[in-house]
Amino acid sequence: MSHVIGLKCRECGAEYPANIQNTCYECFGPLEVNYDWEYIREHISKEKIEKGPNSIWRYADLLPVEGTDYVDLGAGFNKLHHAKNLGKVLGLKELYILDESVNPTNSFKDRVTSVAVTKAREFGATAIGCASTGNLASAVAAHGAKAGLPAYIFIPSSIELGKITQMSAYDPNIIAVEGTYDDANRLASEVADMHPDWAFVNITVRPYYTEGSKTLAFETAEQLGWEAPDHFVAPLASGALLCSIKRGYDELAKLGLIESKDIKVSGSQPLGCSPISCAVREDKEVIPIRELNTIAHSLAIGNPADGYYAKNVILDSGGYAASPTDEEIIDAIFLLARTEGIFTEPAGGTTVAGLKKLVEEGRIDPDERTVVYVTGNGLKAQDTLIKHIKIPQAIKPTFGEFEKQYEQLVVAQ
Amino acid sequence: MVKVRFSSALNSVTGTRETIVELGDTTVKSVFGELVNKFGAEFEKRIFENGEVRRFVNVYVNGDDIRHLDGLDTPVTDSDEISILPAVSGG
Ligand SMILES: Cc1ncc(COP(=O)(O)O)c(C=O)c1O
Ligand SMILES: [Zn+2]
Repeated sequence: MSHVIGLKCRECGAEYPANIQNTCYECFGPLEVNYDWEYIREHISKEKIEKGPNSIWRYADLLPVEGTDYVDLGAGFNKLHHAKNLGKVLGLKELYILDESVNPTNSFKDRVTSVAVTKAREFGATAIGCASTGNLASAVAAHGAKAGLPAYIFIPSSIELGKITQMSAYDPNIIAVEGTYDDANRLASEVADMHPDWAFVNITVRPYYTEGSKTLAFETAEQLGWEAPDHFVAPLASGALLCSIKRGYDELAKLGLIESKDIKVSGSQPLGCSPISCAVREDKEVIPIRELNTIAHSLAIGNPADGYYAKNVILDSGGYAASPTDEEIIDAIFLLARTEGIFTEPAGGTTVAGLKKLVEEGRIDPDERTVVYVTGNGLKAQDTLIKHIKIPQAIKPTFGEFEKQYEQLVVAQ
Repeated sequence: MVKVRFSSALNSVTGTRETIVELGDTTVKSVFGELVNKFGAEFEKRIFENGEVRRFVNVYVNGDDIRHLDGLDTPVTDSDEISILPAVSGG
């Protein structure tokens, strides 16, 4: 007996045994994990969760993994900050931030990767891989190192040097592709298809991978005393993250772990790569785009795999979507750092800038208990951010020089 | 001579991962016409819905999504490569 029955097509309902597979053979639709909800209901409880490990694995009853031999670097169980300072600036009464910059490889991607690589090892995969906009690459390379599995990482060559430096340290096989993420992803999909014994975390084992992000909802609810927020804001690239967070809240409600309520779901995407946000704002189909033009490299996906679902989740919930400019994204990075002491990369800047715009447009009510998912770390995007800071001028180590500078820095302002 | 590569998800209808279509200069639509002749109605059903490529099927000509080109009317010339892949991957 297990809590996982197998895989099921999201479109036509065809069922498959749990395996390395992401596409329905009947209709090409995406597969999702098919759980035995009766079994889960009998085995899960708040008390059991609260006694569990301080990581995503405290929610193992809702993750598609057998046994407890996890590939675990400690992803998850991050702090939900009550962001009073930023809330005040934006005019929100109750704002929270889940800070994902502190994960083992410094983005939320450690959650999905820990689940996917655990599953890959369970299936006996001989290698792991991914297509990445930068953050997933390090997560996969690090978990591959921990699991002793070779990793094949496909990235667009144009991403931040900080991310390339970090991923290289774990010594994976990096394939830097000319073109955009969508080109790298297509190539990775073809390679994955030719290597059925490799597990590409966001391609061939995608149904398990996306389950990892549900833990963002679980952790939020647990830290709010087993309650859901009224509204949450998440960044959008493929759209998988936003859909998974919503599914996480839905599952908690279905199991009676939180009270069932309508949660508004909003997303944010950089203006220079905004296929999902545009579709939401114009209430039209998600149209893939070819030219991507944004400093938010980790969100630069022109052909979003879950765009169709993400748009529907947002509109069905009564939420909305924002498309901040690069300038607004940079401003938001510094606003968040200045007010809450959290240093994020442009993906997090996009989310905070989106939050700000949604408040200004009246899409988020000041009285709503709002949660924002800040999914990455500013240290990875130093090449982008260094252009926007003032490099301090060196002074002689004398009191006189200090006084002069103090005049300039503080008194003159 | 156009080379067509199939996703493994099509294996049960095509029985092969790759095939060659001899049409000279043509369009994606006529290549598909030829493939339907070759692999039958089940192949057509997997790829098309109401005459359109299904939402979750991506068709690439030399690596470019036909949604960015002229869709089914995209011209195909000799030595081009077409691949058919599931859309929901990545990110
Ligand atoms: C830091 C960060 N935030 C958010 C996302 C978006 O996630 P998704 O592609 O699931 O929408 C990414 C994706 O690569 C990311 O690296
Ligand atoms: Zn199906």
